[in-house]
Amino acid sequence: MNSEEHIIAPVESAAADEDIIIVRDLNKWFGQFHVLKSLNLNVKKGERIVICGPSGSGKSTFIRCINHLEAHQRGEIIVDGVVLNEDLKNIEAIRREVGMVFQHFNLFPHLSVLENCLLAPIWVRKTPRKEAIEIAMEYLERVKIPEQAHKYPGQLSGGQQQRVAIARSLCMKPKIMLFDEPTSALDPEMIKEVLDVMIELAGSGMTMLCVTHEMGFAKTVADRVIFMDGGECVEEGPPQSFFNNPQQPRTREFLDQILQH
Amino acid sequence: MNSDPSLPPKSSVKPWNDPRVRSAVFQILAILAVAWVGYSLFQNTLTNMASRGISTGFGFLDSSAGFGIVMSLIEYNESMSYGRTFFVGLANTLLVSGLGIIFATIVGFIVGVLRLSNNWLIARLALAYIEIFRNIPLLLQIFFWYFAVLGTLPSPRQSVSIGEVAFLNLRGIVLPKPIFEAGSGAVGIVLIIAIIISLAIARWAKRRQAATGQFFPVLPVSAALILGAPIIAYFALGSPIGWDVPALSGFNFRGGITVIPELGALLLALTLYTASFIAEIVRSGIISVSRGQTEAAAALGLPPRRVLRLVIVPQALRVIIPPLTSQYLNLTKNSSLATAIGYPDLVNVFMGTTLNQTGQAVEIVAITMAVYLTISLSISMLMNIYNRAVALKER
Ligand SMILES: Nc1ncnc2c1ncn2[C@@H]1O[C@H](COP(=O)(O)OP(=O)(O)OP(=O)(O)O)[C@@H](O)[C@H]1O
Ligand SMILES: [Mg+2]
Repeated sequence: MNSEEHIIAPVESAAADEDIIIVRDLNKWFGQFHVLKSLNLNVKKGERIVICGPSGSGKSTFIRCINHLEAHQRGEIIVDGVVLNEDLKNIEAIRREVGMVFQHFNLFPHLSVLENCLLAPIWVRKTPRKEAIEIAMEYLERVKIPEQAHKYPGQLSGGQQQRVAIARSLCMKPKIMLFDEPTSALDPEMIKEVLDVMIELAGSGMTMLCVTHEMGFAKTVADRVIFMDGGECVEEGPPQSFFNNPQQPRTREFLDQILQH
Repeated sequence: MNSDPSLPPKSSVKPWNDPRVRSAVFQILAILAVAWVGYSLFQNTLTNMASRGISTGFGFLDSSAGFGIVMSLIEYNESMSYGRTFFVGLANTLLVSGLGIIFATIVGFIVGVLRLSNNWLIARLALAYIEIFRNIPLLLQIFFWYFAVLGTLPSPRQSVSIGEVAFLNLRGIVLPKPIFEAGSGAVGIVLIIAIIISLAIARWAKRRQAATGQFFPVLPVSAALILGAPIIAYFALGSPIGWDVPALSGFNFRGGITVIPELGALLLALTLYTASFIAEIVRSGIISVSRGQTEAAAALGLPPRRVLRLVIVPQALRVIIPPLTSQYLNLTKNSSLATAIGYPDLVNVFMGTTLNQTGQAVEIVAITMAVYLTISLSISMLMNIYNRAVALKER
């Protein structure tokens, strides 16, 4: 999907000096299959990172390791000062601070939009219901669908559902947001409404890790673009040099393919 | 032709080619055929009964039955009426179906969840249970429990003692029977008050959570209250409930309550057979909730038991309820296999002995069928109400 038309003025970087995510020598296997091969990544607070790469390169697996939806076998992941290991308390502590948006939205179909947004603040953060409703309405307004609060996910369009999913994550007031191809299950006319919300979020100083093939979005908001292939980090750099002057032949080949149409 | 343009144009099809006319004609013919068959059956039966000197009508219900029934939940003896035998049988049917539904639901849910366990051995054992019990005919299972298991228990004198208060033998299981003495009513009142307080606590906790976000451990506190308060009251009032512990006297037990082996065997068979189907229903209900739901809930920081309770179970229930309803109906109807081992259910007592003695086949069969229909429709209705409450709103 070519999204040159989505480009607006680059969003000012909000990156601070602290590292909020530290990944060292991350290795993961699915059975015998080596999916992630010695990945290293330091993310500063407020930094916005776009991860791209061909299908099956391990992008989803990588960001799912960061909130431990996937367990890794070797290496170290430290998120917001907490070391990720098998300790359930650590995992839950990290998940409270890390929001995630999925390709297929994964809204809870048995709950209304508002209840979707209330579930975690009430049951995890122990927020009083009234306050939780205020927070939820505030975020539903930010994603521009406060009027749908009492509808059910099945009654919304794909783009609206994905915006609710973003609001649902934001209601936990996370420090980091992970996006796994948030627009690739959407019809073209709905992609922009979701990207607009993400651009707005980037402008608010959120730390973001985003798997996407929306190169226009990458150019607008990314501080760094990472190219993965075969479970390795092949190349990384700021968007200007990454897009205009890629160093690795594999990166060039991938960019040619994705930008040609 | 129709000249008024505001009316739809008249059909120009020949009546015998018009599908509406055709279907109306066939429906009328079908109704006439059914009515004729019904009428001739009715006439035929009346003639037959008249020629054998059997009067029709429901008058027989008032005459004395004159036969004993091995188990009755309501007061019954031989001098009571045929009408009374109906209620004895009905109560026994409702007892075995009600207990069967409760136990089958509990066992089925547990086995269904175990079937999905990550533990290989547990999952395999659950699978083996399901495959064995749902693939053997129910009647065979009833015979198995009745003759091969309960029928080989020792005689009352060699009873298997359970803590010297309950005894298991060939004639069933003998349990201690509570005797309510003066003051036992107070214990009951304390129990009711404890339940009311627990409900109040639950409401208060819900409101406090909405207001402050703080959780209150409602379940353990209520459980402690409902169990603890009556026990304290019981001892404070000087143990007003006595226990009639069964004791061996001669060749049998005296005192206590005896659960006859027919009930035990039927209940075991109905429970285990139906539970194997319910387990599969529960399993498919849970796996019908996509992995994405679990992942999204977990990614929000919800601990596993909350994910199960708040996200997976409510969605799985929608899939589980309709087939679960038909299992409940099956269990109720299957309870009529009681006849095979002599458990005195409605079919055995009323459609068996009472019918044989009175010969009032039409009335008795009609009453019995109407009862099963009523029970089944009531279960369906309750489950439909529940299903509507958990149904998913879409569009
Ligand atoms: N649960 C799993 N078990 C075994 N293999 C898996 C599992 N999940 C992913 N894989 C494999 O790991 C590799 C990386 O998958 P991943 O989903 O991370 O790729 P991706 O880069 O996100 O691809 P896409 O762009 O198609 O989403 C793929 O080859 C995939 O087949
Ligand atoms: Mg992926």
